[in-house]
Amino acid sequence: MGGGHAPNKIHDLVISGESSVHRLPPDVKLVALVAFVSSIAMTPRHAVWAFAVYAAILAAVTAIARVPIAVIGRRLLIVAPFLMAAALVPFIGDGPQTKVGPFNLSTDGLWAAWNICAKALLGATASILLTSTTPIPDLLVGMTRLRVPRPVVSIVAFMVRYLDLLADQFQRMRLAMAARGHDPRWLWQARPVASAAGTLFVHAYERGERTHQAMLARGFTGHMPDLDTPTRSSGAWLTALGPAALAVSVCIVAIVQ
Amino acid sequence: MTAAISIRSLTYRYPNSHRNVLDGIELDIYPGERVALLGPNGSGKTTMALHLNGLLPIQAGSITIQDTLVADANLADIRRRVGMVFQDPDDQLFMTTVGDDVAFGPANLGINPPQRDLVVQDALAAVDATHLAERHPHHISGGEKRRAAIATVLAMSPDIVVLDEPTSGLDPVGRRELAELLATIGATQLVITHDLPFALATCPRSVIVDQGRIAADAPTIDLLSDPERLIQHRLELPYGFQLRAPGA
Repeated sequence: MGGGHAPNKIHDLVISGESSVHRLPPDVKLVALVAFVSSIAMTPRHAVWAFAVYAAILAAVTAIARVPIAVIGRRLLIVAPFLMAAALVPFIGDGPQTKVGPFNLSTDGLWAAWNICAKALLGATASILLTSTTPIPDLLVGMTRLRVPRPVVSIVAFMVRYLDLLADQFQRMRLAMAARGHDPRWLWQARPVASAAGTLFVHAYERGERTHQAMLARGFTGHMPDLDTPTRSSGAWLTALGPAALAVSVCIVAIVQ
Repeated sequence: MTAAISIRSLTYRYPNSHRNVLDGIELDIYPGERVALLGPNGSGKTTMALHLNGLLPIQAGSITIQDTLVADANLADIRRRVGMVFQDPDDQLFMTTVGDDVAFGPANLGINPPQRDLVVQDALAAVDATHLAERHPHHISGGEKRRAAIATVLAMSPDIVVLDEPTSGLDPVGRRELAELLATIGATQLVITHDLPFALATCPRSVIVDQGRIAADAPTIDLLSDPERLIQHRLELPYGFQLRAPGA
């Protein structure tokens, strides 16, 4: 218990600031993100110029939102495993070869690797910009306004609420194991960690039961009440969808070419 | 006078268990009373509390809240009248902000949004937690969580508030503040606890539950002045505690 407050938790993703990006309504930002990332995903890999335009748009939004580049860089580490997997593709692909330094690499594989890296980095950067400028409760409100089915929003909300609690609990279990000399280095030493995970699962299940009781006690009948007070301005849609609309047009041009 | 809570021959056995966790509970609590429900772990205190709100089905016996029988047909009404504050506030605060959590009950009651905002403000103000409205429950202290959990119940304007181990996880200052807060709440209160000094500070009357039965029902000060009876029910005053009547 207590108000343990460690950094880098799911609620601390927002870089506080007062930019126009921060102030945009969350539903608008969500639509913009989906449109932007879809454009990136559908852009043909040979249209290198299109990816340069996307990067420029992201750089402009980053500057307006005043999100530090270092923060974005650090959070981009999450895609590192995908990039490493992509880096292997040129070595194992077949077809025509290109000589790069001492290696003979598959030309097709090089394009595939470029495709994965560019799209993963750009897509992740766009998502990082959203989460750095929008508190998670606001995102949930945005999802509700966009008519995302209520059970889905509720599931995300519960996950957001309890994920940190579970992570804290797992951290305490690990400390308790370390305090008794457990120092796992190899896969076959993972058994205590696995059983801790199992215990955590049971705890999470029990907590679910108790939370359900607490909800019933306050008159819950199976439908989450709508606590949203709607506010929306059409001006916000134009502003937020500007970069996304640009990305969509770039994507269409790249496909038609 | 009609009792606020009237329990008759309440008996309950958990599925797959061989003993009655509640074994013929008889209890009357009158409007405006603050009663402590004392007893060792596993004596059936929480099980009894869950019955008051219809969270466990009544197997045998009956419970009447004011003039309404606790039964499936009256559940919505019963849950409005009886507020439950659970032992772990993290179970009770499940929304992403404290304000939304306090609004959850009133929204379930169908209170319209402008009215609901007022109710939420009042409930938060009553526990001195107005500043917590926009905060995430993960980011507030144990004492603040407890107060927020109480606000979620007060927002439903209950006639009866049941608190399960409200002092667990609180530091001494938090406990004293909670005792002061409970004194300001007008509703009938049933405080489940094994924190005897807290019971003395908050509740003029105490009931000891042991092995699913009411083992004693007397003024708190009298019960706590009887060490033999306390030991008999696995209760004990903290070492060094000097017993004196509240306000003395």
